[in-house]
Amino acid sequence: MTLREQIKQVIDDEPVAIFIKGTPQAPACGNSMRALQALRSAGAPITAVDILPDPQIRQELSSLTDWPTIPQVFVKGELIGGADITEELYASGELQRRLDEALGADREQTVKVVAVTAVTAAGATAA
Amino acid sequence: MAAETISALLEDALPGSEVAVVDRTGGGDHFHVTVVSSAFDGLSLVEQHRLVNRALAAPLADGTIHELRITTKGTR
Repeated sequence: MTLREQIKQVIDDEPVAIFIKGTPQAPACGNSMRALQALRSAGAPITAVDILPDPQIRQELSSLTDWPTIPQVFVKGELIGGADITEELYASGELQRRLDEALGADREQTVKVVAVTAVTAAGATAA
Repeated sequence: MAAETISALLEDALPGSEVAVVDRTGGGDHFHVTVVSSAFDGLSLVEQHRLVNRALAAPLADGTIHELRITTKGTR
């Protein structure tokens, strides 16, 4: 799968996907931390992708979503927004309402990390 | 980049809007923009932020704006 296809798969298949700088345990950016905090407070399951290992991840993501900044939050494949919108929706109760509607009120609050990687020329040859 | 330059880009893209730009760190690369515009009426927050991001696409793409916080509001 290409990098773009892997990114698309995470967005489409994960209940709540978030693309961040760093990891949920150690976010490397204040905005990623703000969005994670809002999701946690809203009781969201979290599937996180760290965009820092390869600049191509952010390029492909932003070209796919037409959204220039990090973090990016998706619920059931739909872009919710970045840190500001996620916080705003949490504060108004709208985030919880959307999560209840999409995933049910008795959802499990799991946290996982998924890695996406560009297939390098060397890797392709080796395979 | 000066806060005034950001304001001008937003006012050009969203004529008639009320724009406030705060340089959060004084370093000219961390901004909080607040935009109230009739162009946002009836749009979702994602669509409202897309309009702001588009107005600032150039400085966002070349890294002049390192971090951007956005608050948007319609007029209705």
